[in-house]
Amino acid sequence: MLSRRTLMGALGLSIALASAPAAYAQDEIYIPLVSKGFQHQFWQAVKAGADQAAEEFGVRITFEGPDNETMVDRQIDMLAAALANKPSAIGFAALDSQAAIPLLRQAADAGIPVIAFDSGVDSDIPVATATTDNVAAAALAADKMAEFLGGSGKVAVVAHDQTSRTGIDRRDGFLNRIASEYPNIEVVSVQYGAGDQLTSTEVAKAILTANPDLGGLFGTNEGSAIGIVNAVREMGSEGVTIIGYDSGKAQTDAIRDGLMAGAITQNPVGIGYETVKAAVAAMNGETLPEIIDTGFYYYDQSNIDDAEIQAVLYD
Amino acid sequence: MTTTTPEAPRSALSRIVAAGTHQRVLAFASLIVLLIGFSIASPNFMQTSNMIAILQATSVNGVLAIAVTLVIITGGIDLSVGTMMTFCAVITGVVLTYAGMPLPLGVMAAVLTGAACGACSGTFVAKMAIPPFIATLGMMLILKGLSLVISGTRPIYFNDTPGFSEISRGSLIGEIIPAVPIPNGVLILFIVAAVTAYILNRTVLGRYCFALGSNEESVRLSGVNTDRWKIAIYALAGSIVGIAGLLIASRLNSAQPALGLGYELEAIAAVVIGGTSLSGGRGSILGSLIGALIMAVLTNGLRVLSVAQEWQTVVTGAIIILAVYADMMRRKKVK
Repeated sequence: MLSRRTLMGALGLSIALASAPAAYAQDEIYIPLVSKGFQHQFWQAVKAGADQAAEEFGVRITFEGPDNETMVDRQIDMLAAALANKPSAIGFAALDSQAAIPLLRQAADAGIPVIAFDSGVDSDIPVATATTDNVAAAALAADKMAEFLGGSGKVAVVAHDQTSRTGIDRRDGFLNRIASEYPNIEVVSVQYGAGDQLTSTEVAKAILTANPDLGGLFGTNEGSAIGIVNAVREMGSEGVTIIGYDSGKAQTDAIRDGLMAGAITQNPVGIGYETVKAAVAAMNGETLPEIIDTGFYYYDQSNIDDAEIQAVLYD
Repeated sequence: MTTTTPEAPRSALSRIVAAGTHQRVLAFASLIVLLIGFSIASPNFMQTSNMIAILQATSVNGVLAIAVTLVIITGGIDLSVGTMMTFCAVITGVVLTYAGMPLPLGVMAAVLTGAACGACSGTFVAKMAIPPFIATLGMMLILKGLSLVISGTRPIYFNDTPGFSEISRGSLIGEIIPAVPIPNGVLILFIVAAVTAYILNRTVLGRYCFALGSNEESVRLSGVNTDRWKIAIYALAGSIVGIAGLLIASRLNSAQPALGLGYELEAIAAVVIGGTSLSGGRGSILGSLIGALIMAVLTNGLRVLSVAQEWQTVVTGAIIILAVYADMMRRKKVK
């Protein structure tokens, strides 16, 4: 029995000690990034950008995010653990702004600058927000869609959600541009697939079934766009112009194959890079712009292999 | 080393108690070892604010684990606790924010909604003889869907009920002893644990809980209405889940309708680490509480040490397997 207890103990201790080398000298500059996600390729690209900046500016970063974008309380726990390490600055992409306010205030009170990234935080605590101008980016998608349709036809949107800032901005950016610039294009449906490939596939199939004369579909993130591609492939629909968002292997393949007309890409690497850069600047007392636009591009078969585009695409 | 006493065969009850005690000691010892280990590894781990963060992180999972413990002791399983918690939070949101009713009604709504949901699961299991795994899997999806429908998939905020966030975030203890501002959520966790442990060990309901898990048929043959007791236990577990719903909603100052999936597995993991047997008839609330603390300490500690997130997950999984293995080896020896 004693051996069992010792076994557990030994394990616990060895974990703690094995990870000890990861512990750090106190004078090191430490900037934790608490993200909205971790496993998605998009977030891994953000992390790559952050790592790049960390090396360049000689700071240590960590990058964490909950398993999925519903786990608001898990993200708060991550923020709490990050604060325990007395960081020099914090990067934070809020799943729900309100829920995080007490901890963000705690950070602000302790003089730790907070940089928001990806989607903003509805609060005046963050000193800057590194993000894509999603409204402008989705408007560009609308322009491209209109170009393909020759200015008239029926389109539909598969969005990832109706609550997050990015979901709302991309949907409205697209819809508003169509409404204001292209009176002959009719938006027949806006549906939500939670950014999940399978759910989005079903959503897109339902739209295609209901509208056999559909001219175009816009997917507002990677999962939505891949869902549309799956739906068109499974139903064998023809003449539907698909415009996606973000990248990822499945989406870039669909563009190379000609199944997808093109997609908007954010600059996830830039988001990560600018966040860490801004954190270092804030730490040194420099003033920062409220919004740091990290940029976006439209890519299709013609420019997918350009160095500029390849640098911001992720697989 | 001498847990097998050769003299006089002990009663079933005392064996249960002894077995439970041992596993709790084992779990408690691992908790202490983890705390010491992390403290040595990082100077930032053992500070008041971080300990409070760990307790805060334990509160919701701890309460869920307590609820699941009851069901698991009867030989069942409850996969619906995560989304049921969300459903209770959403109903509270409807009562407080949409209908503008006073705070106590919102609190009651959460607990009663939980009890009603639990009674439903219990009825499916007892009266309709649907295996608990399937019945609660169904409930899990039903409640997830209903949460989304009722809330219109948008979070419901509690800004109009100023006292609401105090349920979890406020600190009564901190007002008395300012140096240790332990949040009310943690206080509630311990109260729930104490009350549930009392019910389990000192009341008829608790006795039937163990009896159903040990040998349901013999309980039935001795003339007890097992269906009724089973439904009562599921309802009690449900009302505890309602409290978890209050805690998470208060902590986030909002009912997040999409949240909830995955929380049931973490609760079950805490229960198992705490030494409650998945085959029923054996378990303890204290064990589950310690189990939940171990999970929170582990997660927080690995984060404070900046262990890569991929590895955090691997370690947590390994700990679960190891904990159950240690428990099984111990039981084999007892036999």
